[in-house]
Amino acid sequence: MTATEQTGTDTASVAAGELIDGYELVVGLEVHVELSTATKLFSASPNHFGDEPNTNIDPVTLGLPGSLPVLNRRAVELAIRIGLALHCDVQPCLFHRKNYFYPDMPKDYQISQYDQPLNVDGWLELPSGTRIGIERAHMEEDTGKSTHVGGSGGRIHGSDYSLVDYNRAGVPLVEIVGRPDIRSADQARQFVNELRGILVAIDASDAKMEEGSMRVDANVSVRRPGEPFGTRCEIKNLNSVRSLGRAIEYEARRQIVLLADGETVRQETRHWDENDGRTHTLRTKEDADDYRYFPEPDLVPLAPDAAWVEEIRAALPPLPADRRVALAAAAAAESTSESVALVVDRGRDRLALDAIAAGGDPVRVLVHIEHNLPPDGPDPVTPAALAALTGLEKAGQVTPTQAKQILGELVDAGGDGDPAAIAAERGFQAMESGVLEAAVDAAIGAQPAAWEKYRAGEDKAAGALVGAVMKATRAQADGKAVTALLQRRRAEASSS
Amino acid sequence: MSTDLAGVVEIAEAVRTGAATAAEVVDAHLARISERESDVHAFNLVLADEAREAAAAVDARVAAGEDPGPLAGVPVALKDNMCTRGIPTTCSSKILEGWRPPYNATVVERLTAAGAVIIGKTNLDEFAMGSSTENSAFGPTRNPHDLTRVPGGSSGGSAAAVAAGFASGAFGSDTGGSIRQPAALCGVVGVKPTYGVVSRYGLVAFASSLDQIGPFAHTVEDAALLLEVVGGHDPMDSTSIDQPAPALRSILGDGVEGVRVGRITDLPPGADPDVEERMELAFEALERAGAKTVDVTVPAFSYGLTAYYLIAPAEASSNLARYDGVRYGLRVEAADTATMNAATREAGFGAEVKRRIMLGTYALSAGYYDAYYGKALKVRRLIADDFARAYQDADVLLTPTAPTVAFPFGAKTDNPLAMYLCDVYTIPSPLAGHPAISVPFGTGQDALPVGVQVLAPSLGEPLMYRTAAVLEAAVKEGT
Repeated sequence: MTATEQTGTDTASVAAGELIDGYELVVGLEVHVELSTATKLFSASPNHFGDEPNTNIDPVTLGLPGSLPVLNRRAVELAIRIGLALHCDVQPCLFHRKNYFYPDMPKDYQISQYDQPLNVDGWLELPSGTRIGIERAHMEEDTGKSTHVGGSGGRIHGSDYSLVDYNRAGVPLVEIVGRPDIRSADQARQFVNELRGILVAIDASDAKMEEGSMRVDANVSVRRPGEPFGTRCEIKNLNSVRSLGRAIEYEARRQIVLLADGETVRQETRHWDENDGRTHTLRTKEDADDYRYFPEPDLVPLAPDAAWVEEIRAALPPLPADRRVALAAAAAAESTSESVALVVDRGRDRLALDAIAAGGDPVRVLVHIEHNLPPDGPDPVTPAALAALTGLEKAGQVTPTQAKQILGELVDAGGDGDPAAIAAERGFQAMESGVLEAAVDAAIGAQPAAWEKYRAGEDKAAGALVGAVMKATRAQADGKAVTALLQRRRAEASSS
Repeated sequence: MSTDLAGVVEIAEAVRTGAATAAEVVDAHLARISERESDVHAFNLVLADEAREAAAAVDARVAAGEDPGPLAGVPVALKDNMCTRGIPTTCSSKILEGWRPPYNATVVERLTAAGAVIIGKTNLDEFAMGSSTENSAFGPTRNPHDLTRVPGGSSGGSAAAVAAGFASGAFGSDTGGSIRQPAALCGVVGVKPTYGVVSRYGLVAFASSLDQIGPFAHTVEDAALLLEVVGGHDPMDSTSIDQPAPALRSILGDGVEGVRVGRITDLPPGADPDVEERMELAFEALERAGAKTVDVTVPAFSYGLTAYYLIAPAEASSNLARYDGVRYGLRVEAADTATMNAATREAGFGAEVKRRIMLGTYALSAGYYDAYYGKALKVRRLIADDFARAYQDADVLLTPTAPTVAFPFGAKTDNPLAMYLCDVYTIPSPLAGHPAISVPFGTGQDALPVGVQVLAPSLGEPLMYRTAAVLEAAVKEGT
């Protein structure tokens, strides 16, 4: 088995800064994002995913002779939003032509930006607090989509024929080029999740990796700590955050094995294969295209008006990082808390903040949003109802299990009901301690074997006893209270 | 009587007032085409039926008392690199075989809205690359003044169509002289407007930063009306100037009293003596009309040709990449896409187009960009700066349009450099985006037409046209 055929099994994540066999991982991500404009970057055709092939087209999209591009102002606005949300400088810029032949590119050049991009020098802060530099975020047009029919694996080589759909051609993209500041696969995943949160928050893109509206390439290299950067490989075909993490870890190990064997890493573009869990050579640096960039003569330089940029900046909604800080403060939690991040990620932080402001218990509010509400869609419950529900729990009037049931009913009824009324209707109320003690003692009497085991110190045996209490009380009992009572009985038994 | 009508202004006037019908005018032009087109070969396609239909529609509007437009019934020929909906647009190249554009160029829309009648698509050097129309894949156009000679190029078909009376006016595209040089060789007026005055939407691109559509006509006034109709801002062309078309006819008669006419003392030599002689007479005619001749220098003028032959091919190499056999036009089938692309381009493009694609690809290549394309852009800036200095001392500049009168077929086809030198006087001003007009100014050797070129700074069309009108009047008076 040669080094390049190394098995790509999933292994435990390596934390940032942790070394793998004495090597440090260095990753820079390049992310292509489709902007959610109504029309294409340079023409009036609809920008819409999933339509009948070759219906969202026109002379400009098809690059017909004589057609000319006209820049979409809305696309520029969204691109500037992205730049500002990533703390970039927005600057006067130019479009260039990137020349290469490919059937899904109608003009056989792509209008992109080269040495004078729109947004430069920004950063993105991970939920963990680490800042990853952003080199640039520039505008360009998307290509069409080829489908290779026949042959194997959907690749062009060996296929019988290819079909091209130009609906995607000319869709506005922003390419975000991150600096090589990432030091672990987990940070890479965080980067992509955080970026997606930002893009969705500012309404710039729906940022779905699975649908291709967010496409991530990873530049991966390894080095001994303190040494200059190693030779990097660019990994393509990463269709999910999970693939991204797996591919980075596989690629890092592949490179480390090469170096450990005294070999060198060759600069190349590699293709991640989800099925075999490995990366494979796509093309080497030697057969890279010469793109012959030159300024696009059909467009004029773009110099966004400073007042316009400030207008866009002022209209930016709060970003996930700010929202985490706000929610954490309200919930008296750490801003790096995972449930805070999750609630913000799901866009339910407004609900949480309002419920807490309405007197809800912060911990229970976060728990309900995290575990008992759907992960997306409009908020299914009002802040007041959620706050009132946690109030019942806090006062010991309903158990967490009952609260979950009440929440379900609230949601089914449109989200705006009175939890106390539902609890009363259902007959939910905290059991009086005498009733509960009687139920526990009855369970002990009915299951002597389980009781003996439990008494002898086998905690697992409590399950049968708790189950019996729950059954007897039609699940009205609070599990924690039952466990506490059992512990008390055990203590009493051993001291007697 | 109406069958003798030739001018744009006079035809429009006659049709609008009912003195002639558009049908009569079009029939007269079609008759001349039947008579001489087989000798001249100005057209790739004569649109006889479509023209008759359009003429009938114009006549119906006149009969109904509606405004038939400023170009009512005027037969206009279009260089075959302007897109016409449903009508083949070939660029005189085999590679566009069978392609019918699904849309009209902005110029076509504006002409038809103005009542003009599109009478045919004219021959050109393939993709507008050439100075003699000998590079057409469909055979050369002949000069109506002498069928053994070239009409100039690349818009040779449009120039010949007007000169032969096949069309009252015509449109061509000028990248380095492709309107002005054939206008001079065919003895008609030809105008290259300021870059951005006429929309390029629907003009098949050769070199995008230089290409500009402009009119051919028998008279300066006709050329003024044609530009007024097609000029003005177009939101479909990002490089279009955000202004209405210049008002020209209203100021045409204002003369040149006090105008400073620049003589470029460091103009590259090489014009034939007969051409030089006419130039002297042109300066004299303008002086007689009250203009003042001033000496200016434009040191970078002589670098124009070199810069042009890097910039234009560089842009062309990219603009012509799309002719790959995938979507439209010629396809030579092959085992895989890359081979199909190459085979299609090998079969579809002529020698001159291939030469320029190679030149341009090289000029943009990694490692050569700075030395070639990058340096050419610097020269381009120098030329603009030098012109700007010259225009501090002169209001317009006067040069020959072409160094020679029309030359025989084959005279320069073996030597691309000799052919490129045909454009030595016309190339520099497009590099600065400036307008220029070629106006017929008598004849030279073998009684063949000589053209004089009036150059003006950006948006200097009004004074440029006034100066041309004075030269035109001088010829009429016997100069």
